Amino acid sequence: MIEIGFFYLFSGLAVFSALGVILSGNTMYSVMWLILCFFNASGLFFLLDAEFLGIVLILIYVGAVMVLFMFVIMMLEVNKAAKREGWLQYLPVGGMITLILFIELVAASTSGIFTSDKMMMMSHAGAEVNNTVEIGKILYTEYLLGFEIAAIILLVALVGSIVLTIRERKDAKYQNISQQVKVRKEDRLRKVSM
Amino acid sequence: MTDATTLTLSTTQLLAIPMLPLVGALIAGLFGWLIGDKLSHWITSGCVILAALLSIDIFIQVLDGAEFYGNYWTWISSGDLVVNIGMMIDPLTTIMMVTVTIVSACVHIYTIGYMHGDPGYARFFSYISAFTFSMLVLVMGNSFFTLFFGWEAVGLFSYLLIGFWFKKDTANVAAMKAFIVNRVGDFGFAVGILAVWYYFGTVDYREVFALVPGLVSSMSTMSLLGWEVDTITFICLALFVGAMGKSGQVPLHVWLPDSMEGPTPISALIHAATMVTAGVFMVARLSPMFEFSEVALAVVIIVGAITAFMCATIGLVQTDIKRVIAYSTCSQLGYMFVACGVSAYSAAIFHLMTHAYFKALLFLAAGSVIHAVMNNQDIRKMGQLRKYMPITYITMLLAGLALAGIPPFGGFYSKDLIIEAAYARDMGWVSDIAYYALMSGVVMTAFYTFRMFLLTFHNSDRVPAETKAHLHESPKVITIPLMILAIGAVGAGMWGYYVLDVTNAEIIHGYFRDSLFVLDAHNSLMALELLEQDHTQSHFWLEYGALILALSGITLAFLMYFKESKMPAKIAGMFPGLYKFLLNKWYWDEFYDATIVKPTRALGNFFWQKGDLGMIDKGMIHGGIVDTVKNGASLLRNIQSGMVYHYAYAMVIGVFGLLTYLILNA
Amino acid sequence: MIPLSDFLVVGAALFSIGIVGLFLNRKNVITILMCIELMLLAVNINFTAFSHYLGNLDGQIMVFFVLTVAASEVAVGLAILVAYYRQRRSIAVEDIDTLQG
Repeated sequence: MIEIGFFYLFSGLAVFSALGVILSGNTMYSVMWLILCFFNASGLFFLLDAEFLGIVLILIYVGAVMVLFMFVIMMLEVNKAAKREGWLQYLPVGGMITLILFIELVAASTSGIFTSDKMMMMSHAGAEVNNTVEIGKILYTEYLLGFEIAAIILLVALVGSIVLTIRERKDAKYQNISQQVKVRKEDRLRKVSM
Repeated sequence: MTDATTLTLSTTQLLAIPMLPLVGALIAGLFGWLIGDKLSHWITSGCVILAALLSIDIFIQVLDGAEFYGNYWTWISSGDLVVNIGMMIDPLTTIMMVTVTIVSACVHIYTIGYMHGDPGYARFFSYISAFTFSMLVLVMGNSFFTLFFGWEAVGLFSYLLIGFWFKKDTANVAAMKAFIVNRVGDFGFAVGILAVWYYFGTVDYREVFALVPGLVSSMSTMSLLGWEVDTITFICLALFVGAMGKSGQVPLHVWLPDSMEGPTPISALIHAATMVTAGVFMVARLSPMFEFSEVALAVVIIVGAITAFMCATIGLVQTDIKRVIAYSTCSQLGYMFVACGVSAYSAAIFHLMTHAYFKALLFLAAGSVIHAVMNNQDIRKMGQLRKYMPITYITMLLAGLALAGIPPFGGFYSKDLIIEAAYARDMGWVSDIAYYALMSGVVMTAFYTFRMFLLTFHNSDRVPAETKAHLHESPKVITIPLMILAIGAVGAGMWGYYVLDVTNAEIIHGYFRDSLFVLDAHNSLMALELLEQDHTQSHFWLEYGALILALSGITLAFLMYFKESKMPAKIAGMFPGLYKFLLNKWYWDEFYDATIVKPTRALGNFFWQKGDLGMIDKGMIHGGIVDTVKNGASLLRNIQSGMVYHYAYAMVIGVFGLLTYLILNA
Repeated sequence: MIPLSDFLVVGAALFSIGIVGLFLNRKNVITILMCIELMLLAVNINFTAFSHYLGNLDGQIMVFFVLTVAASEVAVGLAILVAYYRQRRSIAVEDIDTLQG
């Protein structure tokens, strides 16, 4: 079945590129791998009838977040040589824990809890169903409050990152409009008796 | 809003009366630094004056028969305990409201002049406005909880204002003393309120009052330290302990004279006119309870009589102008309590009102004097001031005459009535003691008032040379409140007696209508009327005795102090022991210092040295508690490596553990 | 037919890879941030899969919120990095340890 083929393609590539993210020595390559990973995840979303999220994932992550990553990497000199030393110190324990965690997760996934009758069906929605419209319908009604809060979180993050990174240079000249408006005659004018 | 009897009062207007001072206080307190001194005093004074006008309007409506009893909000709702924020507006309440707001408004205006240039100017206005709010809550509330709220809030602001000049050590000490002594009283008060809640299941005035006769007739008693005590007696006495603390009655009077460390406007507003009278108000408000306990009434009389007598004797020899007036306040409060005790509640409230005006006036005039002589309060360093400050001189004279009880000034009507009521009420030796204590108080009151007055304004000129140049009449913002209050001091007595008919023996037909409750058997005013109608014996001494004593007291003061003379020193030399005894205020402070303060301090020291330092820090558990905590903390501190990835690992391990747990328990 | 568990296994794999990445690249803050993104992606895949198999859009809404938070987190995180770099001329994780007790 072509769908199964696509599933294995996307998931295989996603896992492969995720490995690329963590194994590549150059941070810039990691970013590239992560972009590929997101593309594949987006493909998986399409398989799951979540077209809106699939597009959003590409637009937001690939279009904005990863570009941000790249800018920062280019702005800061990340020392390539120093960043891998001492990785063996934590890997054995960490790797073991992660491996067991992975096995547990897989065991849980395939144990049958999630394959009850209700979740067995995977009939795709018809062509007349518009995923974006449906999400919009419940996002602006049932989840309106959460939506507003998300908007405020974004605003705060926006303001926050500006505040964190902005800096006034001492050598640059700035115009202080409020002070200009407030100026009075006495401040500028001095009577000199001749 | 539940019911309204005959005429309805505007609930908004009622709410505005306490809220206006609160708003003013908040604005001045929070934004005083922003809006400046001028705007601060305009806003707070404006709010209080507006509240005073609204109160007068309410007063007039209540005079026409309007009343209000209702709840605004629910404050606490916990199980059976439901406490509402509500108001009870009746003649008793309104007379208090009018007195409080008018005196407060005068004090606000006066303060503009008196505190001019003080660094805490806006703060001061904020405090006195907030105090006014608290006092209004106290009098307007309709339950024991609102009463308690107001009670504690006025105590708080009293504390803050006594310690207003917080850089002065004596002021801080006096503020703490006031607060701690009041705690003793408030403990009793809280016990009383809890007992009310326990026995009646409600804290609402009307509901409680309705249940009191039932409790009394059921002969309910309770066991207290092995004694069987009438429940109602216990409740009343516990509540009265609160009144003793707040109103400066023996033995909890010691804080009131010391509170004179605060600025003079405060002494006038809080420690003469309003807060200290809260105890009297409370007893009158709860007259439906006190009436049913003979024992409680007797205790009220005895405490009041002792205070009236003792504080008057102390006042005879004090040299600080404000302390003389402070002891006079204590003494006059004693009169009011005696009136409550002999069930002449209307006389007590009447005296409360007249006293508020003339005593506030006395204080403010004293403040004016103190202001003129550059913050000197010692009357030995004054004299002949009448030449410099005529308005202060005249107003203080009027207040002094009112306090001494000379007709037709305020004190004459109210104080005379109290004394006559004490005479008419027959309670055996209790009322006899009260009568003689009050009578001797009259002559002493007249004497010390005029002693202070003459030493300040007549006698010889003893003002130090360096302050001489500074002497002048106070500015208008100070003298105008004096004049307004002088009208009250002169007219309040006549107005209450002739116009309001406050003293009607049948209370229900007089001004107070049903806001005061007196059992027929206790009605001393009625007994007085019957006594006076009995023409078989002479009533000369009953009717004119107090006046004669007051006049003789004044005459004595004139003889001794009008001109400089050696007589006072000679008399003091004749009774050196007595003089010293009075000068040291009956050694109350020393007594408390020896019996309470020192042992408490010793106990605290013991716990600190032996318990804290000895046992926990070093001592027997040395290396135990302290070191274990220290070592444990430094071990645990290593977990906080500061490395971000360590925290990340902790989270991962947490996820791992959680998942394992879930799978194992699936 | 693709069973739900297959998607969950993909999610589990991506999540585990993200964790391993944390251990592996513990000196590089930027890679750590990327590993977190990977883990969030794994979560998103699970959400979407459940949403689809339950025939219920709530899971997708949840993904939407996760995306919002992730974007904010990256923006602020990177801003902190830039600010930190200005202060210390370094973004080595070892140097960021002033929080220790």
